[in-house]
Amino acid sequence: MTAGQNLLHLSGLTKSFPVPDGGAKMIIDVPEFSLGAGESVALRGDSGSGKTTFLNLIAGILSPDTGSIRIGDADMAALGEHRRDRLRASSIGYIFQTFNLLQGYTCLENVLLGMAFGGRVDEARARALLERVGLSHRLHHFPRQLSTGQQQRVAVARALAKRPALVLADEPTGNLDSRNAADALRLIRETCAESGAALLFVSHDPDALGSFQNVRDFSEMNLALREDAR
Amino acid sequence: MTIALIVRRSLRQHAFSTAITALSIALAGGLLMSVWVVKDQSQRTFTQVNTGFDAVLGARGSKLQLVLNSIFHLEASAGNLSASDYEYIKRHPAVKKAIPIAVGDNLRGYRIVGTIPELFTDIEYTPGRHFTLAAGRLFDPAAKEAVIGSFAARRLGLRVGDTFHPFHGLIYDAANQHPETFVVTGILAPSNTPADKVVWIPIHGLQTMTGHDPRAATDVSAVLIQLRSPSAGFMLDIMYNRQGNRLTFAYPIGAIMAELFQKIGWFDRVLALVAYLVALVSAAGVLVAIYNSMASRRRDIAILRALGAGRLFLSGAIVLEAAVIGAIGMVIAFAAYAGIVSVVAAVIQAQTGVLIEAFTYNPVMLWAPLGMIALCAASGLLPAMKAYRTDVAGNLAPIS
Repeated sequence: MTAGQNLLHLSGLTKSFPVPDGGAKMIIDVPEFSLGAGESVALRGDSGSGKTTFLNLIAGILSPDTGSIRIGDADMAALGEHRRDRLRASSIGYIFQTFNLLQGYTCLENVLLGMAFGGRVDEARARALLERVGLSHRLHHFPRQLSTGQQQRVAVARALAKRPALVLADEPTGNLDSRNAADALRLIRETCAESGAALLFVSHDPDALGSFQNVRDFSEMNLALREDAR
Repeated sequence: MTIALIVRRSLRQHAFSTAITALSIALAGGLLMSVWVVKDQSQRTFTQVNTGFDAVLGARGSKLQLVLNSIFHLEASAGNLSASDYEYIKRHPAVKKAIPIAVGDNLRGYRIVGTIPELFTDIEYTPGRHFTLAAGRLFDPAAKEAVIGSFAARRLGLRVGDTFHPFHGLIYDAANQHPETFVVTGILAPSNTPADKVVWIPIHGLQTMTGHDPRAATDVSAVLIQLRSPSAGFMLDIMYNRQGNRLTFAYPIGAIMAELFQKIGWFDRVLALVAYLVALVSAAGVLVAIYNSMASRRRDIAILRALGAGRLFLSGAIVLEAAVIGAIGMVIAFAAYAGIVSVVAAVIQAQTGVLIEAFTYNPVMLWAPLGMIALCAASGLLPAMKAYRTDVAGNLAPIS
């Protein structure tokens, strides 16, 4: 797939969750969304607006009620769970606000696990990535032994370890101070660009969003939010 | 490689509960193997130990009591038989060798048995092996001399040249000391038979001990018999046990001991049941340990799922972890087994003189570890199901 071609294309995507008083509340209602291969797009959205649910649907962690999620040639929404796991393992890197590093594993092991389920485990690449994010001297440290900024850098290396076509970043700078946030953001964008991965970046942080040329408002994309507003 | 890494790290993260659970499995596995091996080996050993004899002739009574008393030097004597009975069986054409024994005294709890030197010179206590002396010489049948079994000599602290006074009865009572003084002339080399825990003296010396009934001075407690052929045993069995009513002919010794083990078979089964229950409780311990840690594992499971790990893969990792805990436990179980059987073998040897071979291969050493590992793996299924159902999105919080 070459740059500019649609890597990700969503259509008619809806997701509801049951509410305590019975019935269901629509959280996601996105008629259409596309992202080209190698493209970087930022989604602006307030906390609680459904951004994480949106990313989880794209990652196949959640199943939509309706719609399709085409990633390359595959429709994530139409796949069974096992094949969704395989597609996520091979094509999607996920960076979380809380890093979600595995605390019982070293930095190197965390990165190795990032590529373990999608194909070949390449320790040399894991080491190279950690060196790229400036942590070659922390390979065998555990996450608790690192600063928050260093932990997010490990998370970035882990997300890119499998050479994913698509990187999903969910408020990746939300837990960092402004300097570390800027560093992390630059690192995410640079490493995605270096590996040719498309980046879907969601945040409510104006500073972070300001560095993207293509910023879209999630509240405009997600019709469920408009219905809420009414 | 990945599943091994996950299992290894999980065991390390839950090191304390892993260690405790593995230890409980080790104890259960060690107990199970010990019960099995001791049961098997003691049955095998005790039904094979005949100290070189095919049969025993004694006073009318229980064959088992006769064998226990005269071969294993346990139990009380059922009574005596006369010198003429001994002379008759000794000269019987079906009998190859007849060795008389007399009991009734002890040396600080160790049984004193009167016999003739031929027991040591003519009898192979196991094919190809005669009793040998580790020190000194055999007793003179006409003198107040003694040869001490290796175990008894060690426990009593007796050496060649030492003297002792026997005590009357089979139970040690310091008030019942005989005035006769016996000199230790020899110490037997270990034979791992009941002979090791006996103080052997000339039969005449025991028969004529001060305080013993002079009217029974020529009686013997039992006659140990080697037969010329197995058919002779059945012939003598009919002659003494069915046609006669004064004496008991215990033959074959192995079959009589096997009857004993059949009688106490229920005890073996109870022990085995207890061992099985302990194994089951230990496996349940694996379940509880892993199940209780599931709350702290949920986030890791969710993260691994987000990285692309499948439900079945992670459930399999939980089952494998349970099996590995079982395997670690069973490795330690062999140490527990070694400790338990060493103690049990020492107790059996102290009580009977018989050394059971506790460290030879027994099938339980294969099926118990495999069974225990399988049981532990099965106990991992419930936590594995919980892992399977882990809500990924909910455990990757916070949600924006």
